[in-house]
Amino acid sequence: MYNFDFTRPSTIKEAVAAIGAGGQALSGGQTLIPTMKARLAMPETLVSLTGIQEMKGICTNDAGQICIGAATTHAEVAHEVAKSYPALSDLAGHIGDPAVRNRGTIGGSLANNDPSACYPSAVLGSGAIVKTNSREIAADDFFQGMFTTALEEGEIITEVKFPVPQKANYQKFVQPASRFALVGVFVAKFADGVRVAVTGASGEGVFRWTEAEVALSKDFSAATLDGMAAPSADGMISDLHGTGAYRAHLVKVMTARAVVAA
Amino acid sequence: MPKDSGIGVASKRREDFRFLTGRGKYTDDVALQGQLYAVMVRSEVAHGKIKKIDTEAISEMPGVRAVFTGEDFSEVGGNPAGWLINSRDGTPMREPKRPVLAHGKVRHVGDAYAAVVAETLQQAKDAAEKLAESAVIEELPAIVDMAGAISDSENRVHDEIDDNLCFDWGWIEDNREVVDKALTSSPHVTTLQLVNNRLVPNAVEPRSSIGEYDPGTGEYKLTTTSQNPHLTRLLICAFVLGIPEHKLTVVAPDVGGGFGSKIYHYGEEALVLAAARKLGRPVRWTADRSESFLSDAHGRDHLTTIEVGSTMDGEILAIRTSTLANVGAYLSNFSTVTPTFLHGTLMAGPYKVPHVYVNLKAVFTNTAPVDAYRGAGRPEATYSLERAIDKLSRELNLDPIEVRKKNLLTPDQFPYTSPVGLIYDIGNYQNTLDKAIELADLKNFESRVKKSKSNGKLRGLGLSTWIEACGIAPSNLVGQLGARVGLYDAATVRVSATGTIQVMTGAHSHGQGHETAFAQLVASKLGVAEDAVEIVHGDTSKIPFGMGSYGSRSLAVCGSAMDRAVDKIIEKGKKIAAHMLEADEIDITFENGNFTVNGTDKSKSFGEVAFSAYVPHNYPLETLEPGLEETAFYDPNNFTYPAGAYLCEVEVDPDTGKVTICSFTCADDFGNVINPMIVDGQVHGGVAQGIGQALTEQTVYNEEGQLLTASYMDYTMPRADDLPFLKVDHSCQTPCTHNPLGVKGCGEAGAIGSPPAVVNAVVDALNRGGHAVTHIDMPLSPHRVWQAMQG
Ligand SMILES: Cc1cc2nc3c(=O)[nH]c(=O)nc-3n(C[C@H](O)[C@H](O)[C@H](O)COP(=O)(O)OP(=O)(O)OC[C@H]3O[C@@H](n4cnc5c(N)ncnc54)[C@H](O)[C@@H]3O)c2cc1C
Repeated sequence: MYNFDFTRPSTIKEAVAAIGAGGQALSGGQTLIPTMKARLAMPETLVSLTGIQEMKGICTNDAGQICIGAATTHAEVAHEVAKSYPALSDLAGHIGDPAVRNRGTIGGSLANNDPSACYPSAVLGSGAIVKTNSREIAADDFFQGMFTTALEEGEIITEVKFPVPQKANYQKFVQPASRFALVGVFVAKFADGVRVAVTGASGEGVFRWTEAEVALSKDFSAATLDGMAAPSADGMISDLHGTGAYRAHLVKVMTARAVVAA
Repeated sequence: MPKDSGIGVASKRREDFRFLTGRGKYTDDVALQGQLYAVMVRSEVAHGKIKKIDTEAISEMPGVRAVFTGEDFSEVGGNPAGWLINSRDGTPMREPKRPVLAHGKVRHVGDAYAAVVAETLQQAKDAAEKLAESAVIEELPAIVDMAGAISDSENRVHDEIDDNLCFDWGWIEDNREVVDKALTSSPHVTTLQLVNNRLVPNAVEPRSSIGEYDPGTGEYKLTTTSQNPHLTRLLICAFVLGIPEHKLTVVAPDVGGGFGSKIYHYGEEALVLAAARKLGRPVRWTADRSESFLSDAHGRDHLTTIEVGSTMDGEILAIRTSTLANVGAYLSNFSTVTPTFLHGTLMAGPYKVPHVYVNLKAVFTNTAPVDAYRGAGRPEATYSLERAIDKLSRELNLDPIEVRKKNLLTPDQFPYTSPVGLIYDIGNYQNTLDKAIELADLKNFESRVKKSKSNGKLRGLGLSTWIEACGIAPSNLVGQLGARVGLYDAATVRVSATGTIQVMTGAHSHGQGHETAFAQLVASKLGVAEDAVEIVHGDTSKIPFGMGSYGSRSLAVCGSAMDRAVDKIIEKGKKIAAHMLEADEIDITFENGNFTVNGTDKSKSFGEVAFSAYVPHNYPLETLEPGLEETAFYDPNNFTYPAGAYLCEVEVDPDTGKVTICSFTCADDFGNVINPMIVDGQVHGGVAQGIGQALTEQTVYNEEGQLLTASYMDYTMPRADDLPFLKVDHSCQTPCTHNPLGVKGCGEAGAIGSPPAVVNAVVDALNRGGHAVTHIDMPLSPHRVWQAMQG
């Protein structure tokens, strides 16, 4: 690790100013700190977001959306939404290990947009809204490919607003070593249709499997998927842990399982 | 009434108190006045010519005290292979020099070519990074694939070795033709090609070394993560740095696991000593996890073709194997004996096979050195054999259990001279097999298959009946076979005036619980309380000599030395007691801690005799020296032969290829057992590692020689939730006939017997599910199993 300065502001405004002055946001540090330890990142100033009360905690707004502060840890989410949004709670409760869940945050995970991360599938699958210091971004616009998001330079995520579906489930088939998602599928059934978001599989990061959405919107059953082809293996990640064809196959298997479990 | 102490009792591990309360003291915990930090500069390319290392560029950086390169060690020796192997044509193996720091060329990613010593770790890292940036290394084509390596005379790992071949070994060469003929005339021949996957040892404590030098006395001290401190001292003194052996103390304090990787001497140990000498201050180095992946000696990495000839009803007639074994870029200390005498000699397994021939070519590649890893050679032999027998059974439509029963040696056939040169002293392989079958509730297996099927899962059963050779010995035999060291061990038993006992052993405990088991051994023999006995290990200044812990030798060899030393104590005690009791020495019996005159109630306790030895007021000073301390060296006259039967039941998820181990049953024969709880733990750990090899662990170098699985993000260690509850039994005991304790060793068994049982089970499950799969190479990751099912 290289030397760096450290600040811990207590308001979003101060944080944005410090980042604007050349600092880098530090939330749970579960991605950034290991990168710094390996000397792969060398921020001059770290701006911790963990002292900002307005970015922490969970509530339900008048529209019935679950609003999660960006600096809320995975463990808190797992605990707090267990009743109100069990699928989201279950997803958060299976990220990494207890240490990771007690430090890592939803905002950090989304900003990082790791193609194998879990949260992006819940955000996209729920049609959630990502709120930043300057605007609100629909999930469909937020994720822009592997490790890439709609965030502008210096912009930070402050909150995520989740509409609550009638039924939902997340199925994670783990990459055996890292236990991130080799393929993770988040299925959410709303009154006006079904959303299916897939993480881990595509080189472009999280995506919606629209064919399955159409079919499941008509008939929300695993049997509907039986006759369907798996999504195309083109553009799927191929690595030591599985070929693109395997991942494509798993997308279908995990989608069916999510429908059954929802 | 169950006993609560002594042999056969599950005494709690006394060392766990300090480990579990954070009071263990590991090398990196040792803090010394004035210490400096060393950081190794490691190659980022697999193969390259070192053109320029600009040490001047960093010499002025903050805190930098010294920079070393290969040049600095060009005058000293190299780290040798411990075993000379001759090729089939009688020529000796090719043995390139393994320098302290790479010189001229770098030969694998992670090969250290320089070292920086600075006041703080950060300063040393900063300077090392700068040095690496300014170094000029001309990249050469990487030699990674073994078959390619030996057919390529252009690209050489070592310029003087034209075909990258270390040796081409035949065992037993004189039998080659007979075996060929036997195979040709066999009614059935099964052929199987298999990969024994390369493993990264991943001890929880990374390697770490601290060098000290005292200019006042000329004495050196090395504190290091070693399974084998005396061997490390010997290698550094006799081969590498030329330090007089009496001027170097090697201490291996608490060590957090080794699995083989800490048997060997590594360049970093010589580096910190040389740096301490140059700078007159202690110099320390600790690997980070990435360095461990890149620079610890890896394990296994064999490519084998096995042929098994048999009758149509499964009687084995002949076995022939042909193997390429990767030794990596340099010969690590045991890298030449592991694939040969620890592998080829086991190729008959527990079976009565008339003809066996093993051919093995050891190949240099631009990868990390490969050496002994838990089991060392024996898992490779067992895997090949047990997989092939399973395939043979399937081809002949025979029950794999029956095929094994047909071929297992029977108790009346011992001692048995195998066609690959070992003499098995004793065993009862039928017993362990029957026991495993009983414990695994095999009679209800078919109903479990049905139940799995109704849940959409494929269930399968896998068996392996395995044997190993432990406690490698005797010295005169291993010497004839090429060993450059003896394989005995030593112990000193020192009784104090108050009757407490210190035992100095050449074994080294790095998780095995020696401090408990050895104390049980000595205490029960002397009839004293276990807590009156202290086991001292891991310090060359305290212990007469030793060959360390590996190869499941500690109890069989070092424990036997201890037993001999205790015998001498008792003998001397009898003389003292005879004097005290005014009796004849031959009339004294020692039992339950008392020296008694036969047929009388006249007796002296062990404590009284010890006191008299140190306060010799009433003592036969004319004929006997005072004091009560004895040393014994013990050189066994054979290996020991633990054996057992392992049964594994798996479920395969046909949709994803994921394998779940439902049950795993081990019936082992370890001979006599000193502490059953510790033995259970050793088997648990071994099986966990075996399941890791079978299902999860994979080491991948790409064509450029980059290690793709260089962190836990990609290298899959087995975790608790990958493992079933293990059924472990060691009640079938045929005590070893040639050591005084009747013990055989249990440290590696689990890792030897389990991989084939797991793979056999998965192949069985797939076949029961209608997939005609004959073999899948380890690790059986979900992806690989799924692919095999796609045909
Ligand atoms: C062992 C281990 C296992 C893991 N397993 C999983 C898993 O199974 N599934 C999974 O999804 N993830 C997993 N993770 C990742 C984990 O969830 C991380 O916590 C998460 O990806 C990053 O969140 P963080 O709060 O730690 O962010 P940090 O590491 O603090 O930051 C990550 C990046 O985001 C930026 N950033 C942080 N907060 C904000 C913000 N509010 N606005 C804008 N930018 C911001 C930072 O500048 C940095 O670039 C694992 C991590 C580890 C170490």
